[in-house]
Amino acid sequence: MAADNSNESVEYIKHHLTNLTYGKLPAGYERADGTVVQEASWTMAHTAQEATDMGFMAIHVDTMGWSIAMGLLFLGLFRFAASRVTEGVPTGLQNLVEVCFEFIQGLVRDVFHGKNPLIAPLALTIFVWIFLMNLLKLIPVDFIPGLAHAMGLEYFKIVPTTDPNATFGMSFGVFLLILFYSFKVKGVSGFSKELALNPFNHWIMIPFNLLLEILALIIKPISLALRLFGNMYAGEVVFILIALLPLWIQWTLNVPWAIFHILVIPLQAFIFTVLTVVYLSAAHEDH
Amino acid sequence: MNINLTLIGQSIAFAIFVWFCVKYVWPPITAAMEARQKKIADGLSAADRASLDLELAQEKATKELQKAKEEAAALIDQANKRAAQIVEASKEDARTEGEKLIEQARAEIQQERVQARDALRAEVATLAVAGAEKILETSVDAKAHSEMLDKLAAEL
Repeated sequence: MAADNSNESVEYIKHHLTNLTYGKLPAGYERADGTVVQEASWTMAHTAQEATDMGFMAIHVDTMGWSIAMGLLFLGLFRFAASRVTEGVPTGLQNLVEVCFEFIQGLVRDVFHGKNPLIAPLALTIFVWIFLMNLLKLIPVDFIPGLAHAMGLEYFKIVPTTDPNATFGMSFGVFLLILFYSFKVKGVSGFSKELALNPFNHWIMIPFNLLLEILALIIKPISLALRLFGNMYAGEVVFILIALLPLWIQWTLNVPWAIFHILVIPLQAFIFTVLTVVYLSAAHEDH
Repeated sequence: MNINLTLIGQSIAFAIFVWFCVKYVWPPITAAMEARQKKIADGLSAADRASLDLELAQEKATKELQKAKEEAAALIDQANKRAAQIVEASKEDARTEGEKLIEQARAEIQQERVQARDALRAEVATLAVAGAEKILETSVDAKAHSEMLDKLAAEL
């Protein structure tokens, strides 16, 4: 789908970076095709502008659909392996699953020094889920959106991790866990003390400490989410740009970039996982 | 790139996935892996024990063999000694027997000599008397001269 002029190119890129959005349009809203919405109603956005105007009361159907599909694929596969797990010599799928398990167990053993049965499965879920979601990126940029277009869906973005909602959704969950365990392990007073008396243990520095520590705390989920999103989004944009080139030259850039992403995909999943474990480990450390 | 309800939807999906993983995926697989680890560890330690046992058994066998050899050597030695003793003893027996026989023979000879001498002595007396009778032409009263004749015989 090589575009001929720059206007078309811009359209093409925008098109590929817009999610399939289902949301609520306010009453009196004039839609792209000129019709006016009589009363506030839930509908599919037809343009990027409409999607933006829906505000918070909207949902990215493609992001949700693909991420849940990948989550179900992960859980289904692993649950299937768990249902026929054997203590004897493992084969096929069980080998694969055990490799993942050992990898995560090793990681958690190295990084996490507390005792919490939630951490390892949490890390496993994060790692495999993000890995699978990132993996969708290796599907050529026009395949699935083209298919969706043929089915009458205007926009379709298949890589959930290129949607900040997905990455922030996860990091938000991690943030809640950080807070939960900070309060649970250190107690309200312990946690407050840690926020107020670090790094300068003097009462006069309490406001400064609080500012610094709370900032550091809030930065954690934001950096988690933005790192993953930024990497994936940038990669996706480059894929789209490459797709704008004439067809016969595309492979010279497309192939190396895809090969590079074989590294980036697990790496980003790994970084998200490691940092989650590190943050939760810090939340468990009582001074 | 709008932030919207998807954020919350994703958080909920994430929470459900984590919950499911914690509850239904993690425990059975880790349990199986731990069980296998234990099995392997047991197997390895059993193998270690077995090889140790084997080593001990080999050592014991070598010792037994050594002991048996020593015993056999001792037995052979003893037998040899015994045989030598027996040979020596029989030699000794034979010698004493021979000596005894020689002694016996000597005694017999002596006895016979004595007997012969006695017989001769007795005969000498009668011969002397007969001689004297011839010389004197008279009979000698044997009874009257027996004392003298006996003295003569004893001198022989």
